[in-house]
Order: sequence, then structure tokens, then C-alpha cells
Amino acid sequence: MSKAMKENGEYKNNFVNKKNIITAAVIIGVYILIVVLTEGGVLNRQAKSLLVPIGINIILAVSLNLVTGFLGELSLGHAGFMAIGAYTGAIFTIYANMPEFAEFLLGILLGGIAAAVFGFLIGVPVLRLKGDYLAIVTLGFGEIIRSIVNFMGITGGAMGLKQIPRYSNYTWTYIIMVITLLFITNLVNSRYGRIIRSIRDNYIAAESIGIKVSRYKTMAFVIAAFFAGVAGVLYGHNLSIVKPGDFDYNKSIEILVIVVLGGMGSVKGSVIAAVILTILPEMLRATDDFRMFLYAVVLIAMMLFNSSGFRTRLEESGKLPKLSLPVKLKAK
Amino acid sequence: MESIIEQFINGLRSGSIYALIALGYTMVYGIAKMINFAHGDIIMVGAYTLYVTTVRLKMPVIPAVLFTVAVCAVLGIIIEKVAYKPLRNAPALAVLITAIGMSFLLESVALLIFNANPITFKSIITIDSVSIGGVTVSGITIVTLVVTLICMVSLTLFITKTKAGSAMRAVSEDRAAAELMGINVNRTISMTFAVGSALAAVAGIMFVCQYQSIKPMLGAIPGLKAFVAAVLGGIGSVPGAMLGGMLLGVIESISKAYISTELSDAIVFGVLVLVLLIKPSGLLGRNRIEKV
Repeated sequence: MSKAMKENGEYKNNFVNKKNIITAAVIIGVYILIVVLTEGGVLNRQAKSLLVPIGINIILAVSLNLVTGFLGELSLGHAGFMAIGAYTGAIFTIYANMPEFAEFLLGILLGGIAAAVFGFLIGVPVLRLKGDYLAIVTLGFGEIIRSIVNFMGITGGAMGLKQIPRYSNYTWTYIIMVITLLFITNLVNSRYGRIIRSIRDNYIAAESIGIKVSRYKTMAFVIAAFFAGVAGVLYGHNLSIVKPGDFDYNKSIEILVIVVLGGMGSVKGSVIAAVILTILPEMLRATDDFRMFLYAVVLIAMMLFNSSGFRTRLEESGKLPKLSLPVKLKAK
Repeated sequence: MESIIEQFINGLRSGSIYALIALGYTMVYGIAKMINFAHGDIIMVGAYTLYVTTVRLKMPVIPAVLFTVAVCAVLGIIIEKVAYKPLRNAPALAVLITAIGMSFLLESVALLIFNANPITFKSIITIDSVSIGGVTVSGITIVTLVVTLICMVSLTLFITKTKAGSAMRAVSEDRAAAELMGINVNRTISMTFAVGSALAAVAGIMFVCQYQSIKPMLGAIPGLKAFVAAVLGGIGSVPGAMLGGMLLGVIESISKAYISTELSDAIVFGVLVLVLLIKPSGLLGRNRIEKV
């Protein structure tokens, strides 16, 4: 074993290294910043009320990115898993009689696990399909979940489930968001992450070198469902009411738009896009009816700019600084 | 027994609307290999155009209908030229998101012009219902079924018998080879969008005559159902879209009547999932073997 390899190995095994210290410092720094801004009265009520939704959208976008960006499969049913998490968690905290901390923590875990179980049940048969077919079937499952929730008695039907305790605050959301980010970044940089990406890039080649494609596809799908469920629990305990209409396919598309605008297969991109796309509609609220119009125009313009070759031409002629596009989108 | 037949006929009525919309999805998919999410909103544009022409401009019914169909066809071409053509070599997902953006755009423009309040619209079809052996069939149902039948027959003839139809089939089979054979691919794609949007306009007219209420989000749900119908029948296949649409309408109507209104959506999507799991390319879709 050469010296360099040894050092490299030691560096990897050592938990306290430069990289981890910087990450920890950033995590704590951002938290302190949020506390100072909120408690110090810098942020107004409206801005404060956005902190939790931003965190929830980050969790949703990053987890969907695992399926869409890293695994390369288009899922339009993310809101369905969010719904399962939201309802499971909310029903638990409403009926359980425990101290707040334990109750919410268990609720979050239960919500995530319930969503993951459904992710497994749906993922095993569905992930045999590819591309647009997978997209429509996941969309279908999202709608099935929504209409079953609508039908059941315990969920309050179309009127929604009310009086969920308002446990979500920015501390809870921030901690869970950080756990999600750390988990997903470490996962995609691990051996499993490379397997998942190899399936995206060429699943036939991956299969031929002995990777069990369907097992890892299901794994990514289940993990994404788990975090979607967790985000759902936070969502329900933030608004204190959940309705089946909150989790229709528009919600799934909203999350997908965040992932695509942030860059497929880029965790940082998802975070930035989630922050922008949560704040943007609020800022445009003053323009009222024009809000959706502007949103649509911006969306189309950005997609045309990024994907039509216009951007590459500008970058090549030196008029625009070259920004490295995270990962090539899956071309048909 | 009569009520089952009645439900079946009602199912065929909504099924024909789904089928007309699904044809647009499936043709565009066959030729441009993209899911045109904005297609559902063409129905809404058709509905509003019909309202403006008949109620505001007081145009007679036939010219108003023709005008509506023309407006939607032109809109389809414009959407393709502006939003989808620059992305023809882009990844499928980028096109999908642009199509979603286009759908938002159409909805928000309708919202800006007509605001969110639903407009009541009096049906332009004034035919009395017919009763055959205890089964009552409403006038709108008869008109919808007849119009759909005419549209489907003429579309099939158009695709199989005319030169333009052959060009469409050639482009959907192999775009590069079609281009080499001297087919104008751009014009063929534009034509596909025009035909698909015109069919959506017809569907939109039938839809508002039945539900008699127009709002900016009107196209979303039938659009989604029609998309499901297209996938159910095998996306890219024209007879598949017709079959899928009819099947979906009948299943929906029967389950609404005999099982549960709330669960009807779940049943519809459940059937789709089941069909795709057994036959992943849809009922009449062709299986494609993937090679390295």
C-alpha cells in the first residue's frame, strides 16, 4: 500500500477533518443567522412565515431530485407521498397523548415510514416502466392516494383534517432539513449513489456488470418517499389543517419545477431554486392576478434560455460567463 | 337494466370527449415525442372563444363553432412555434416543463381576461332528448356521439388516405428518414398541432354544452383524464386513443353510478396502472425493444 493511499484512507476515516468542520460551521452559522434575523425583529411577519415552507420545499425538492436527477426517472407522484406523511403524522399527534417533543418526533418518523412503505408497495411494480409511462403511473398513484384520503372518514374527507397541533417551527424544520441534505449528499457520493447514477446513464450497461437495477431503483424511490412523508408531516403541523386538495398533481409539478430549474442532479441547485421559488410567489403577491402570469412567463423563458442552445451560443461567444451545468439532462 | 344502459351511454358521451382530447395528445406524442401538457388548456380556450363569439358578439352558431375551431388550431401552431420548436433537440424533461409552463400561461391569461368567477353558458345544442324503450338519451349526448364519430372517421381517412396524412405517419415513424424523402417536417409538425388543437376545440365545445359553466381551470381535469386515456390505449396510437377514451368514460360513469363518486378517480387511475403493469405500452401500443 503506497503512502498516498494510506493518507487518503486515514483522511477518509477521520470524522473530524477540514471539510466536515466547514460543513458544521456553515450549518450552525446559517442557523444562528436565522435566529438573529427572526428574534431580532429584522424579518417581518410575512418573511417569518416563509421560513418553514422554504425548509419543507427544500426537503421535497432534494428528495425528488434523488429520483428524477440522480436516478433519472420522472416521478409526478411526490405530493401523494407527502399526503401520506402529512395525514399519518397528523392523525398520530391528534390522538396520541405524549409530551410535545416525543409526540412530534414520533409523528415525523411515522409519517416518513408510512410514506416509505407506500413508496415500496408502489415502487416495486411501477419501476418496471420507463420514461413517460412511469411519469403518468406515478401521477396516477398520486391521484389515487388523494381520492382515497378524500373518501376515508378518519382523514376528514374533502373538508380536511383540522386542529393539528402547530408543532412545526423553524428549528424543527431546519434540523430536519439539514439531516435530509446531509443524508442525500452523502448517499449520492457513496457507492450506492454511483450505482444509482450508473443506472441513469445507462441501465443496460449497469445491469450487465451485475447491478441489480430494480433493487436500487426501488431503494432510491423509497428513500425519496420517506423524506416526502417527513416534509408532509412538517407541512401539516405548520398549517394545522391538511386538505386532500393540497396534494394534487399541481403540487407534484411545483416540486418538479424546483428540481428542474435548480438543475437535475444538483443538490445545491435544488436548495437555491427552492428558496427562490418559495419567495418569488410571495413577492409577486402584490401584483395579484399577474402573479401566475409572470411565473409562467419566467418559467418558459428560463427553459427556452437554458435548453434551446441559445445559452451555449452565448457562452461560446464569450458574452456570458460559462456556468457549469450540473449534469446533462437525460436525453431521449 | 335500463339504468345500466343509460349509464353506459353517458359513459360513451364523456368518453367521446376524452377520446377527442386524447387524439391530440397521442398524435403530438407520436410525431414530436413530447407530452403536450398545454393541450388540456386548449379546451378551455375553445370554451371561452365559443362564449365570446356566441354571447358577446352574437354570432350564429355554425360560424361561431368554425371560428372557435380555427382559433384553437392557430393557437396550437403558435404554441408549437414559440415554445416547443426551439427545444426540439433538448431533453424530454425540458420540453415537458416548458409545456407545463405553457399550460400555466394559458390559464393565467384566461384568468386575467375573464377573472376566476365561472361564467354560465347556455348550451348551443337545442335538441330534445329521445326515449327508446325506456332508455332516455339527451340531445347533447346524441350530438356528442355523432360529432365524435364524424371526427374519428374523417381523421382516420385523413391519416390513411391523404398525402399529408402519410407524411404525418412517416414523420412519426422516423423523422430523419422522412426528411430525406423530401417531407417538410416543420410543416407536418405544425399540421399535427393544428389538427390536435382543432379536435380539442370540438371537445371543448361539447364539454361546455354539457356542463354549461366556463372557468379558467376548466381544461385541467378533462385534459388529465384524456391523457390517461391516451396512455391507456397506447400513446402514439390513434385507434388506441379512441378506445382508451371510450373505455375511460364508461368505467368512470359506471363506477360513479354503482360504486362511489369519490372513488371513481381512484378506480380510473387504478385501471390505468393495472393495464400498464400487464402491458407496459398500453392496450394498442407497440412494444419497443431497447437495444444498447
